[in-house]
Amino acid sequence: MEFEAVIGLEVHAQMLTDTKIFCNCSTKFGAAPNSHTCPVCLGMPGVLPVLNKKVVEYAMKMALATNCKINPTCEFARKNYFYPDLPKGYQISQYAYPLAEHGYVELEVNGGKKKIGITRIHMEEDAGKLLHDEHNPVSYVDLNRTGVPLIEIVSEPDIRSSEEAADYLKRLHEILVYLEICDGNMEEGSFRCDANVSIRPKGQKEFGTRTELKNMNSFRNVQRALEYEIKRQQYIVENGGAIVQETRLWDDAQGATNSMRGKEEAHDYRYFPDPDLVPVIVDAAWIDKIRVDMPELPQAKRERFISEYQISAYDAGVLTADKALAQYYEEVVAICAKPKQAANWLMGDVMKFLNEDKKTIRDCPIAAASLAEMINLIDAGTISGKMAKDIAEEMYRSGKKPQEVIAEKGMVQITDEAALAKTISSIIDANPQQLADYRAGKEKLFGYFVGQAMKATQGKANPQIVNDLLKKMLAGK
Amino acid sequence: MELYQSTIHELQDKIKEGKTTATEITCSVLQRIDAVEEKVHSYIRVLKEEALAAATDADKEIKKGNIKPLSGIPVALKDIVCTKGLPTTCGSHILHNFVPPYDATVVEKLRAAGAIFIGKANMDEFAMGSSTETSYFGPTRNPWDLERIPGGSSGGSAAAVAADECIASIGSDTGGSIRQPAALCGIVGMKPTYGRVSRFGLIAFASSLDQIGPFTKDVEDCAIMMNVLAGYDPKESTSVNVEVPDYRQFVGKDIQGWKVGIPKEYFVEGIDPEVKAAIEAAIKTMEKCGAQSVEISLPHTQYCLAVYYIIAPAEASSNLARYDGVKYGFRAAGGDLLDMYRKTRMRGFGAEVKRRIMIGTYALSAGYYDAYYKKASQVRALIKRDFEDAFKKCDVILTPTTPTPAFKIGEKTDNPLQMYLSDIFTISTNLAGIPGISLPCGFTKSGLPIGVQFLAGHFQEGKLIQVASAYERKAQVEKRRPGL
Amino acid sequence: MKLTAQEVEYVAHLARLEITPQEKEKFTAQLNDILLYIDKLNELDTKGVEPMSHAIGVTNAFREDNVVESIGTEKTLANAPDARGEFFRVPKVIE
Repeated sequence: MEFEAVIGLEVHAQMLTDTKIFCNCSTKFGAAPNSHTCPVCLGMPGVLPVLNKKVVEYAMKMALATNCKINPTCEFARKNYFYPDLPKGYQISQYAYPLAEHGYVELEVNGGKKKIGITRIHMEEDAGKLLHDEHNPVSYVDLNRTGVPLIEIVSEPDIRSSEEAADYLKRLHEILVYLEICDGNMEEGSFRCDANVSIRPKGQKEFGTRTELKNMNSFRNVQRALEYEIKRQQYIVENGGAIVQETRLWDDAQGATNSMRGKEEAHDYRYFPDPDLVPVIVDAAWIDKIRVDMPELPQAKRERFISEYQISAYDAGVLTADKALAQYYEEVVAICAKPKQAANWLMGDVMKFLNEDKKTIRDCPIAAASLAEMINLIDAGTISGKMAKDIAEEMYRSGKKPQEVIAEKGMVQITDEAALAKTISSIIDANPQQLADYRAGKEKLFGYFVGQAMKATQGKANPQIVNDLLKKMLAGK
Repeated sequence: MELYQSTIHELQDKIKEGKTTATEITCSVLQRIDAVEEKVHSYIRVLKEEALAAATDADKEIKKGNIKPLSGIPVALKDIVCTKGLPTTCGSHILHNFVPPYDATVVEKLRAAGAIFIGKANMDEFAMGSSTETSYFGPTRNPWDLERIPGGSSGGSAAAVAADECIASIGSDTGGSIRQPAALCGIVGMKPTYGRVSRFGLIAFASSLDQIGPFTKDVEDCAIMMNVLAGYDPKESTSVNVEVPDYRQFVGKDIQGWKVGIPKEYFVEGIDPEVKAAIEAAIKTMEKCGAQSVEISLPHTQYCLAVYYIIAPAEASSNLARYDGVKYGFRAAGGDLLDMYRKTRMRGFGAEVKRRIMIGTYALSAGYYDAYYKKASQVRALIKRDFEDAFKKCDVILTPTTPTPAFKIGEKTDNPLQMYLSDIFTISTNLAGIPGISLPCGFTKSGLPIGVQFLAGHFQEGKLIQVASAYERKAQVEKRRPGL
Repeated sequence: MKLTAQEVEYVAHLARLEITPQEKEKFTAQLNDILLYIDKLNELDTKGVEPMSHAIGVTNAFREDNVVESIGTEKTLANAPDARGEFFRVPKVIE
């Protein structure tokens, strides 16, 4: 029997605000334990939450970017459960009335497009951090992260494979980072994902029993965990077993998912509207204000790059994967008007330098204008492509402009035909044997003469002119 | 007359005239506390040193001519409002050692107004009770009859004013916890409109019902206190940004031609005959003031208690989840985390608190939310509508504050439902979010105070001051003092 | 009986309250009394009535995104029943 997987993803993205969602404590990562805390986020008696407006605006941006309908009224609810990382004994989240619903993200699947539905986007607060002592039966609690703003993006069970899941996550990640509302850092937990997965015989409408997967902290692990889990479920079903509805944790080292069996009790979160917070009313004027501020989104940018710059879909994909890279590219093209060369240089040498240094385009020492000028110099024949490679490297190391590098190194291409003819003539004179052999039919010696000419000019000779001159002069014309 | 027997406005006049000082007043009140506190037990903690130091500072300011609305006035705080650096227990074992690193907004406001904090007043544990018997620190006694309860949950604050152990005090009212003890102790108590006085730093019982208000010896003092307490607070999302009038301007104004609504549903069953007679006399007094009494109907009155006993415990069950032995307060030893949680909460909370946590948890639990919490929230909307309709026909509403005078200590402790019924006339106010005031309207034959309650529409505290002041002047209720 | 002793036990567990057998019995009886009283509400038809969760219709209460200095680790831990170094300490989670 052929099976298909049914996957839904829940993504938690940390909003890039300066302060927490309900108090004025800093959200900065990496502070000393329990130092970014105040009576409000510590859940001390009598304190009250006040909502950070920026969190709402950021969440609205994500809602618009994922084609969601923003609800005119939304409210916060308490999700009640006990855990040491949850100081109030409840998490403030949204339940019956989330910020936004009914959206979608478009994926490219087998050359076509597929919409993955977004059920809802809601705002909530993060919990703290619990560290377990390896030697003693105690745990340590750090509440710095408590109250850090999150949005939860819940997808419809529209995803059918681990590849689609990874693709969907990359799209969400890219949008969040483009909107500059999330730093997308998966190691620090700014972007986290849980998955619900079940399998069913192809063609069947009803869903199978699903499991929930947690603890996957990279795109790759999400994909691996889903692949493993789909196979595991298939194996059980094929052997006449039944899937148990449960939460399973991905074990990276083991490459497997394991049941949290026993660690879980029936969830009874007793949600109810938080009486300490008031409804958020979002009117059309507010939505318009947010919409005006929205940047061009990755997908639109990709499509524009393909049509406007006539570059390949692949190149457009690479160049738009990072908003700053796309911006840099457009700056280069705006000056040199050579989109293909610009793409090649950027994706080739420049990215190579950056990758070697583990830097991003934001830290690139070559100014966009400098790269554009260099491309212009190649196009004008002032420097050769080969020289440009050295110049680019020097520009990257020193941050200098191309003309400066060229001037310092005297790297201007020699295009003076008379001067080159003189050089070639003396090379021919110095190599009578090779000349004789060439003339006798050993045509591959042509390369030898080119090499000698370049050597004599320290590589500065215009290769085209050298070629033309050599052909004439070796033939004795 | 002793200084401790005075009202705020009397003492303020004396201070302004240079006839007394903050230190003299504070010493007088501290002496009174020394004399009667053992019998009444109004306080969980008397702030003697702090008060004397504050009085010294106040006198320096007064000398400079810097006289504020509460300069030199000893005020008691219900131990539910957080005081920076001073233990705040909420009447509970679970917070017996908690020292907040912050002040409640009302504490900041009172301090800025020159008030001298004389003590943290006793209360029912987490304000859950109508008798101040559930306090971890032992019951407070009614200054008028030490065998009886002072009412609750702000029983310590009410008893302290009635016994002259402070000049005025702060309480909180979730279902009647200011007005009911005010009535039973023969003083003035106001629950302002929800959102009128900041809840920041008020330890939450039921967040959608809780409101801070003053206890005073007369209506004018109530106006003075409200001038200090009322106002918008950006630290509270449910705080309302509505202009605060000078409440004192309503004192002594006549109520000629006002319509006083008498809700028929409040006079049907279970009212003590002496209370009933006193309220009927109060209605007559209103007419003597030139007001007209009109019968009105609040048709959902009989459902108020049921609604309250779902909503308040539901919110409480969540509000009290933070007392888990991790960050502050009492922790019981336990094997693993779950064991620690369960033992801490078992030993940290008293029976009434646990009972309400249980009801609330049940009402919110899977499968019961719609039947209980949602249903109650819907009926709550109907109750609010009742008042909106009623205030189209009258300016204020008059009711008894309590169905009976103060009952005996221990009388109702084993029957929670009977205890809950003592709040039957005060609960609807909190559900609708409207303001209410209770003031003395007479005594029973055995000498127990009786209170009359006035209610008004949202943010109409001025009207309440006006009607209560008019009543107070016309009724001339006998000025007795408890025989302590 | 609206509420059985087992349900009382379940609710006590949800609320993280250890209860003695005597308390369980007492709570079961008292909670049943209260729930029976609350049943009164079912006399009312509330179809179409919007549930009320706030007494006053405040909306859009916001705060600006400005950092205010935190109270610091020392004050954060000052009330803790058990702390070690810069952390709150709790018994191990065994579930």
